[in-house]
Amino acid sequence: MNEPNFQLKGSAVTAIVLELYQYDTQAFRDALQEKVSQAPALFTASPIVVQLDKLESTLDPSLLATLLQDCQNCGLQPMALRLNDEQAEQLTELPLPRLPALNSRSRAVEPEPSKAASEVVVKTVVEEKIIERASKIVTRPVRSGQQVYAEGTDLIILAPVSEGAEILADGSIHVYGPLRGRALAGVKGNTQARVFCQSLEAELISIAGNFKLSDALRAERWKQAAQISYQDDQLIVMPL
Amino acid sequence: MAKIIVVTSGKGGVGKTTTSAAISTGLAQRGHKTVVIDFDVGLRNLDLIMGCERRVVYDFVNVINGEATLNQALIKDKRNETLYILPASQTRDKDALTTEGVEKVLNELSEEFDYIICDSPAGIEKGAQMALYFADAAIVTTNPEVSSVRDSDRILGILQSKSRRAEQGLAPVEEYLLLTRYNPERVEAGEMLGVKDVEDILAIPLLGVIPESEAVLKASNQGVPVILDNESDAGQAYDDAVSRLLGDQVEHRFLEVQKKKGFLSRFLGGK
Ligand SMILES: Nc1ncnc2c1ncn2[C@@H]1O[C@H](COP(=O)(O)OP(=O)(O)OP(=O)(O)O)[C@@H](O)[C@H]1O
Ligand SMILES: [Mg+2]
Repeated sequence: MNEPNFQLKGSAVTAIVLELYQYDTQAFRDALQEKVSQAPALFTASPIVVQLDKLESTLDPSLLATLLQDCQNCGLQPMALRLNDEQAEQLTELPLPRLPALNSRSRAVEPEPSKAASEVVVKTVVEEKIIERASKIVTRPVRSGQQVYAEGTDLIILAPVSEGAEILADGSIHVYGPLRGRALAGVKGNTQARVFCQSLEAELISIAGNFKLSDALRAERWKQAAQISYQDDQLIVMPL
Repeated sequence: MAKIIVVTSGKGGVGKTTTSAAISTGLAQRGHKTVVIDFDVGLRNLDLIMGCERRVVYDFVNVINGEATLNQALIKDKRNETLYILPASQTRDKDALTTEGVEKVLNELSEEFDYIICDSPAGIEKGAQMALYFADAAIVTTNPEVSSVRDSDRILGILQSKSRRAEQGLAPVEEYLLLTRYNPERVEAGEMLGVKDVEDILAIPLLGVIPESEAVLKASNQGVPVILDNESDAGQAYDDAVSRLLGDQVEHRFLEVQKKKGFLSRFLGGK
């Protein structure tokens, strides 16, 4: 029996979308660098979609190349562009594949008026499977320069997290010890994720990409037990 | 089977070589067959501190390259029957050490000795990683200042992830904190971190606190490990650390500012 060489599958991929509203080369470069340096683990080698359909000014091919190069220099991996029709006409040769703009997609799926009621009704039954993933549990200290990532689940750490260490989870993060490094919960966009720790001394806390740096954290429950959640577009620090 | 102990730090100049010389001498003094290896290829120093620099003929790299046997390269300590030194090469660079070569030498030494002490070069790169790769235990040498503590934290991370024990899923490397160049006056003045601060950040057992001491410089100039200067505070503190390494419970000393005895109390024989 021959093993098949490949299989074509549909798959939903989570990607960061960089939505550009205005483009000033230097200002963009500076802002991007700052954003990335605040949470390098979140962005490094991340595939991104560059969304330009809301951009007010026009973009010529050389400006677009500069934009993409700046993204790459910051460690981002542009994989596709999202353009409106007008932009697509202007930029005849695209350096990356084009994804349909969000509003044009909804147009595309508008059903054509059916001529006659079909006789056969096709029902799609979606079977929902709940897959439970055990939390990732770490019992030893996470040291400066180390990174721990709990993919698809919560992260529980039963030891200190040093300054210069980085802990990430798709779910929530619990630290039973001082949290002195960077903690990024809900890294795939789960805004329900939270961070819990016995002593809040973190360099950065992020939930679904929304973050607070130590300067801001110092004002609230510093060196005390705390939980951080995302509510009304901001991070809230609460007692534990 | 020997126990392999690496003396490591991340940051340079914190007292690794001073510590390697003292600890290996202390173990040998207690009758354990001990060898101390200089992993700082290109910057050899250990032989100077041990006072055997004039007797270096062959070195660690010669043995790895098959240019000399271990017996030809090992230098017998002139003060301790049970102590040997394997010096580093001064003419090669750190790439001269290969994992296979180091493993072969350590295996051979393991049959003869009780303890193998590895004096690591500074840094967290290849040279330091080679020195700690085969370790069973690590003495993390740290000065009471933020940058040194941070580097020690990084080295602890590397011990946890890149040592042979970590890679093969064996019991983790034993970790001990040795706080050196400790100056209680400067701690009291808030210019340096205190023992508690460092313990709190690194969260590993404290093997000892070695005070900042003029005896160390004097000892290294004379090529006599400071542990042999049993009049000195640093010598005594190293001796305590060796006892603790061997499992004894010894109270920590030299943590507080020493009150200078006034003329009158000395005259009166007061305490
Ligand atoms: N307890 C101490 N009191 C005073 N001076 C000390 C003490 N310990 C070490 N020193 C001095 O600090 C300097 C560095 O010591 P040493 O060579 O042992 O450090 P090292 O960590 O091996 O350095 P390197 O990273 O360069 O190998 C030397 O001059 C030594 O005399
Ligand atoms: Mg040294």
